[in-house]
Amino acid sequence: MITTLNIDGLALRRGGRLLFSGLNLGLQAGEAAALVGRNGAGKTTLLRAIAGLVEAEAGTVGFGEIDAGEARANHMHLAGHQDGQKPARTAWEELAFWARWTGGSEQAAQDAAAVLDLTRLLDLEVRRLSAGQRRRLSLARLLASPRSLWLLDEPLSPLDAGWRVRFGEMMSHHLASGGMIVAAVHDPLPIPARPLEILAPEEAFQEPGE
Amino acid sequence: MSRAMALLSREVTLAWGRGGGPLVSVAFYAGVATLLPLATGPEPARLAAIAPGAAWVALALSALLSLDRLFERDYEDGALDLITLSPVPLELVCAIKCLGQWVATAAPLALAAPLAAIALGAQPSLAPLIFVCALMGGLAFAFVGGIGAALSLGARRGGLLTAVIVMPLFVPPVIFGGGALDAFSSGLPWKAGFALLAAYASAAVALGPIAMAAACRNALS
Repeated sequence: MITTLNIDGLALRRGGRLLFSGLNLGLQAGEAAALVGRNGAGKTTLLRAIAGLVEAEAGTVGFGEIDAGEARANHMHLAGHQDGQKPARTAWEELAFWARWTGGSEQAAQDAAAVLDLTRLLDLEVRRLSAGQRRRLSLARLLASPRSLWLLDEPLSPLDAGWRVRFGEMMSHHLASGGMIVAAVHDPLPIPARPLEILAPEEAFQEPGE
Repeated sequence: MSRAMALLSREVTLAWGRGGGPLVSVAFYAGVATLLPLATGPEPARLAAIAPGAAWVALALSALLSLDRLFERDYEDGALDLITLSPVPLELVCAIKCLGQWVATAAPLALAAPLAAIALGAQPSLAPLIFVCALMGGLAFAFVGGIGAALSLGARRGGLLTAVIVMPLFVPPVIFGGGALDAFSSGLPWKAGFALLAAYASAAVALGPIAMAAACRNALS
């Protein structure tokens, strides 16, 4: 289980363009961070860098005592609109596969589907699900296999008001049991979270509010 | 292990549905094999001479058909991102994907290959060797083809690019397999050609996943 996330002086580049530099974040077990910034600021790229998918231009991402490879292999969930779910497969096939792939059991996947009120929908093809149902299906993985760091990319956007509240409860529960969350958001998160604004390199030199 | 099995069964079911599935590959194969006599003239003597080779080249072309989506879909919808977040190394993931490709498309093609060759006029005694060569060649086509599919990730018209990258790498198995079939049908020793085909397939299985994983990492970052 990871109990710390340390981002130190991180700079990321995408498509040859510097997104941001000198980004710092320290997170302990039970804490959440909300990444805010305009479209294209690099919120998703930062999440992918934490997940080890993007090479850092400068700076480091560390997980305390735990080796980064081990942390990424066993202690991290990544969820966003790029959910990897195949339209032609049934909801259950997708959930069961991803639960097993991240280390959960079929029973845990069933239980997670029940919590997210998906049990009735499991035999439908993913293409038949609404955007909100599809998002809930991908969020069910977070419960099906317990991993301590959740990297969430706009987790709330397709959810209705009721499900935003219920997913907020899921996140609070995760934090209360010693988990950590880094979420890229435009709307405020329904849980207490440390805001982290991502600024472009030229903006970082200006006074806030200018 | 359970993870690897879960991925293999996912890959086989996905490959079964990919680009119309293996049945389309088989139909394409039958189409190419039917076109050939129309182009060369239907004299049995001439057809019988080229039948094994023609069946073999058509097989290599059919193996190209469903390659382009091998990594592309998982890359586009984010599944490849999520797949990296597990203890299974990306090299093994790539190997399993190619194995799934082999099970789902090379196996049906291997069943169709002897039929096509015999229909073109090859001796029926050639059928078992064609089947085994097609299975072995299919392994080489899947693992070498996977390199092309991974390298063309993110490119426009990746399928065409995959074919262009992969064709030169298909040359050795086509030569070795075609040579073995030719030697067998003229009563010469054929084992050397088959052994070279098997060696090429083994090398592809051993080295291909390393290249594919490197290409995937490059495409993801």
